[in-house]
Amino acid sequence: MAKIPPPLWLLAEVTHSCPLQCPYCSNPLQLVPKKDELDTEGWLKVLHQARKMGAAQLGFSGGEPLVRKDLEVLIAEARKLGYYSNLITSGVGMDAARVEKFRELGLDHIQVSFQADDATLNDYLAGTHAFQHKLDMARAVKASGYPMVLCFVIHRQNTDRVAQMLDLAAELQADYVELATTQFEGWALANRDHLLPTLEQVREAERVAHHYQEKLKGKMKIYYVVPDYYENRPKACVAGWGKVFLAVAPDGLVLPCHSARSLPNLELHNVRDHDLAWIWYESKAFNYFRGEDWMKEPCRTCDEREKDFGGCHCQAFKLTGDPTNADPTCAKSPHHHLIEQAIDTTRLNPNSSKPLLFRKRQNNSNLS
Amino acid sequence: MSVDFKAVPRLAGGYRFQWEEAQQNHVLLYPEGMVQLSDTAAAVLSLCDGKRTVEAIVAQLEEDYETEGLDEDVTQFLMEAEAQGWVKYG
Repeated sequence: MAKIPPPLWLLAEVTHSCPLQCPYCSNPLQLVPKKDELDTEGWLKVLHQARKMGAAQLGFSGGEPLVRKDLEVLIAEARKLGYYSNLITSGVGMDAARVEKFRELGLDHIQVSFQADDATLNDYLAGTHAFQHKLDMARAVKASGYPMVLCFVIHRQNTDRVAQMLDLAAELQADYVELATTQFEGWALANRDHLLPTLEQVREAERVAHHYQEKLKGKMKIYYVVPDYYENRPKACVAGWGKVFLAVAPDGLVLPCHSARSLPNLELHNVRDHDLAWIWYESKAFNYFRGEDWMKEPCRTCDEREKDFGGCHCQAFKLTGDPTNADPTCAKSPHHHLIEQAIDTTRLNPNSSKPLLFRKRQNNSNLS
Repeated sequence: MSVDFKAVPRLAGGYRFQWEEAQQNHVLLYPEGMVQLSDTAAAVLSLCDGKRTVEAIVAQLEEDYETEGLDEDVTQFLMEAEAQGWVKYG
């Protein structure tokens, strides 16, 4: 096998606690309890080890990272180590003074997520009154000299409002806007019947996004990616297993992708027990999907296998029962009918009779 | 697009230019991304400090590399860098 490259991007999921209850959350259904979280020393060790290996981009994520009282300590250390660090946040738990403090400590940017462009829909999806505060925080981020990075997670309930979202972003003078299509993992998969957009919605959102990309060229960078369900080809998940990306879960479990916890027979390791470098280079889990030896047909002989690496293994497992199957979003997959069925269900029955499951700990038990 | 020799380029807000030991390369970091820079690109960007004019940058590089006629290489790179949003003026 070719030489294993060092990780470049570390995602530190510092907690699964979150004041919001978004039903599209990609966190696992079994949220890590607060008492099992790594302590400050544990996170500092993670930052040191990953930086030494070569990680340069650092995302503080969660849950809601602002819940951690030691976030300031971690941010300061990240800057000292030379990371380019990003806070991925709902904005809840922050005020203008805390933003200013982050800036002084050397945090490089803040990505504020919105559930929608208006208060009613936003707060319905978030399960709490957060919209006005998010607006205030987006403005505070910009006012303190940061580039403003906004993220709208889009799905069936809000896809029709992409134009209004981009208008809001322009009004807030955003520098970057990510229209992030819901990935059907964790809570989002449990709520898929409510969240999967229809083909018409996807095409319209794409058209609107391209129109705004042209209109706001040079002012606002807009990222929009067509959902993999409608692409006929899978996405190269985390740019390839064990190639670039490394996530550390709140309890210290080291993950090749942030959903990897859901995969069977994958012996994942914890930073409490092993050095990150050993986990990245030597552990079975990180080598499991490296290279092509694991591939079956149609991936094994596919001329696109170096482009998408077989797609998302978590999706393959969740939908087909075997993570070494091709991601069923690929039209070449013998399981692609599962995706077509989900799309048909959405088209024929846009108002699911299942209750929408909001992300909160007591809802774990409502699921098998 | 052209480059004014009296203009003063600087890194755009939110971008960080640094040496990466693990990659043995200069890189430019920005929200959600990283570019590995060629030696030439790194040499120019290291001088985009918001104080030097394009003219001064060319002169400095010509001195450092003991050569002449770098103005075209520098302006071409700066046009590319501006188009990418890495560099701003004033």
